[in-house]
Amino acid sequence: MDIIKGNDLVYDYIKYNDEGERMAAVRAIDGVDIDVKPGDFIAILGHNGSGKSTLAKHLNAILTPTKGTLYVDGKDTRDEHKLWEIRQTAGMVFQNPDNQIIGTVVDEDVAFGPENMGLPVEELWARVESALGAVGMWKYRSQSPNKLSGGQKQRVAIAGVVAMQPKCIVLDEPTAMLDPVGRQEVIATVQELNRKHGVTVILITHYMEEAILADRVLVMAGGKVVRQGTPREIFSQVDFMRSQRLDVPQVTRLADELKKAGLDLPDGILTAAELADALEKYRGGE
Amino acid sequence: MSIEIENLNYTYSAGTVFEVLALKDISLTIPDGQFVGIIGHTGSGKSTLVQHLNGLLRATSGDIRVNGESIYSEGYNMKALRSKVGLVFQYPEYQLFETDVFTDVCFGPKNQGLSRKDAEKRAREAMDAVGLDETYDRVSPFELSGGQKRRAAIAGILAMEPEVLVLDEPTAGLDPKGRDDILDMLDGLHRDRGMTIILVSHSMEDVAKYADRIIVINEGSILMDDVPSGVFARSEEIEAVGLAAPQVSYIMRTLRERGWETGRNVTTIEEAKEEILKALQNKEEHKC
Repeated sequence: MDIIKGNDLVYDYIKYNDEGERMAAVRAIDGVDIDVKPGDFIAILGHNGSGKSTLAKHLNAILTPTKGTLYVDGKDTRDEHKLWEIRQTAGMVFQNPDNQIIGTVVDEDVAFGPENMGLPVEELWARVESALGAVGMWKYRSQSPNKLSGGQKQRVAIAGVVAMQPKCIVLDEPTAMLDPVGRQEVIATVQELNRKHGVTVILITHYMEEAILADRVLVMAGGKVVRQGTPREIFSQVDFMRSQRLDVPQVTRLADELKKAGLDLPDGILTAAELADALEKYRGGE
Repeated sequence: MSIEIENLNYTYSAGTVFEVLALKDISLTIPDGQFVGIIGHTGSGKSTLVQHLNGLLRATSGDIRVNGESIYSEGYNMKALRSKVGLVFQYPEYQLFETDVFTDVCFGPKNQGLSRKDAEKRAREAMDAVGLDETYDRVSPFELSGGQKRRAAIAGILAMEPEVLVLDEPTAGLDPKGRDDILDMLDGLHRDRGMTIILVSHSMEDVAKYADRIIVINEGSILMDDVPSGVFARSEEIEAVGLAAPQVSYIMRTLRERGWETGRNVTTIEEAKEEILKALQNKEEHKC
């Protein structure tokens, strides 16, 4: 069974005037079909305003579809009785770690979610321990979150979600505010949760280099999924990606520039090693 | 307009148990017309430093001189300073508040005491500079896309005609095209008007591409102050303080490890392309 199954999803933001009368509707999601298998790592790319975040907010029923259906682990997100089950299935991590941390001590912050689930104290702390371990933050458990770096705070926020043991984690630009090492820490953490613990990951990002780690990349524009495929398939289309206000990884762009300068290199080079291989082949073949 | 910072120290919550020394003995000179990149890990003190440049934070000790005059001297006109040094905060679009974009951009120059006509003229020019034409004049700022909001907010600062523009992570959260638009716009202001630009950024690729000079801040002190190739040649030190070299530097490192004779000072894609083409050319000549 798909962990996420959306059929012809539509979402309209409704604008009201000062009197509270309905003025206009803005279609933020326009006929999206999405299916995600358990254990998948999906990256969603798209310009600002393409509908990525609106879609993400559907995955744990912060928003519910205007039209179409969305099932999370077999539960219809419009079913209010299933709301808590859905939110425990799909946890969310947002862009700004400072808006997500509420505790004054790291382990208390992580305990907040599972505590709300009404777990017995022993299990609660066992989960906090394993969640902080999974994101590599156990040794900071007694510190104040204020003293942590941006990447560390974001890992604490992820631990808070992990402690609720969701099957799926949705991350909405979790690295946008972080420095390079912070970005690496967060992405390595996400990858490990996916690979080692089998957590389904949905990562929204503007960093193309992060998307190459995914099994599948979805490109959104104007509320629609305009293309999807493996990272290699997607990033082979340099001109298409640029037309979508997006980009390709730096190494892919370098290879593309070299091709434009007349070198015969394959499309969709994603790593430095692949570029080196291709250049050696080219040099040998001359 | 030149800015000289001399032995600047800043302590948050001085005299309390929460006292934190945020900036330690910072000295640097920014001459007129430079494009300076400031990098450092989260919490390194970058934002604290730039907030001193227009007097928003007052140094605990040390001095800042603008065009040779100390901004801490008695009777110094702070209001005039804030017109000369425009500061664009992180997520400046949160500060948009007027009913339409044009009125919002007019707010700064009006506050400077300009007549309505002059303020509107400035607002129009500023909006043109950031690529928002007349069709955006009467649009509510809240209906703009993320990149457009960011540009509208920057226009609000430009309309005050600052000589120095300081931007704290102006491209965070923008899509790649939105990011390039803003950076190209800053580059244009720098080239065409000779505006001094001080860019705080977490993107090593961006500062490598646009800045003349990079200042690396670590734990409140200046760790490096050099041209981009000089800073990124010290990649191990850079990594040790939570940063990285631009990705293209690592690509070139991989090529070198595999026997390619490409230079070490490559920090942009353009330079990398030239180096690789040159290396292939040399090979060709050796064959003959």
